[in-house]
Amino acid sequence: MIPLTYMMSLSAIIFAIGVAGVIIRRNILVMFMSIELMLNAVNLAFIAIGSRLGSMDGQVIVFFVMTVAAAESAVGLGIIISTFRNRETVHADELTLMRW
Amino acid sequence: MPPFLYIFLGALAIVSALGVIVQRNPIHSLLSLISTLLTIAILFIGENAVVVGFLQIIVYAGAIMILFLFVIWLLNLQVESGPTGHLALKAFGSLGAALLVTELFFLLAPPHLQVKFTQEPAGYGSLASLAGKLFTDYLVAFEVTSLLLLAAVVGSIALARRLPVVVEEPQPRVVEKIAS
Repeated sequence: MIPLTYMMSLSAIIFAIGVAGVIIRRNILVMFMSIELMLNAVNLAFIAIGSRLGSMDGQVIVFFVMTVAAAESAVGLGIIISTFRNRETVHADELTLMRW
Repeated sequence: MPPFLYIFLGALAIVSALGVIVQRNPIHSLLSLISTLLTIAILFIGENAVVVGFLQIIVYAGAIMILFLFVIWLLNLQVESGPTGHLALKAFGSLGAALLVTELFFLLAPPHLQVKFTQEPAGYGSLASLAGKLFTDYLVAFEVTSLLLLAAVVGSIALARRLPVVVEEPQPRVVEKIAS
């Protein structure tokens, strides 16, 4: 089995790419995708450690993370659609007001 | 899985994750993200988390990404023209990400992260063991999650709903409030 350090490094790199995406990109949809990237990096760490410990808890938590991510993306995309309908933009710098 | 396959899949995951944040076209970002998710799903299966790996493919790469695709179509997003964001922001973001990776390397290096290696029990990662854990130790969390999904369904319908346009003017203030 591949060493744990390799899996954790991979997870750390993907997480950092997600963080960079949220900071760098100004398109709300792409920022949202970067958040999904971060969630998946954490899932990878859970699975890697869980399989080394021989415990199923990591996999159960990944299951819950997936469910919460599904709920989060449904609500988040709903917010993006309703924002776009009112403001005609998905550019984060142009969305400066909390009301419209 | 043989080690070289892990190296290959890891490189593929990193490259396609970078693709998510450097592509100009949101559709291309989305395709890169799907590629990342599929690669991570294969890594899950390689780590003996077979059920979760397939769930990742079905739920993430299937359902959630289709949702993203529909939203991109619905909003009719085009390729971003011109420079995206500020240069200082990009430099700051890249620097911050590099620092974060360094910090995580130090945190996750073996002296700090001591995992007592245990042999996996028989049936590890199977549907039966996952379901057994889910419906005994995590039963309350499971039920709360179903409530969360219900709330998300109601909430997203309420958010994405088109507000009814009022044509008569018995109450002009209400009309103004909705229109503004």
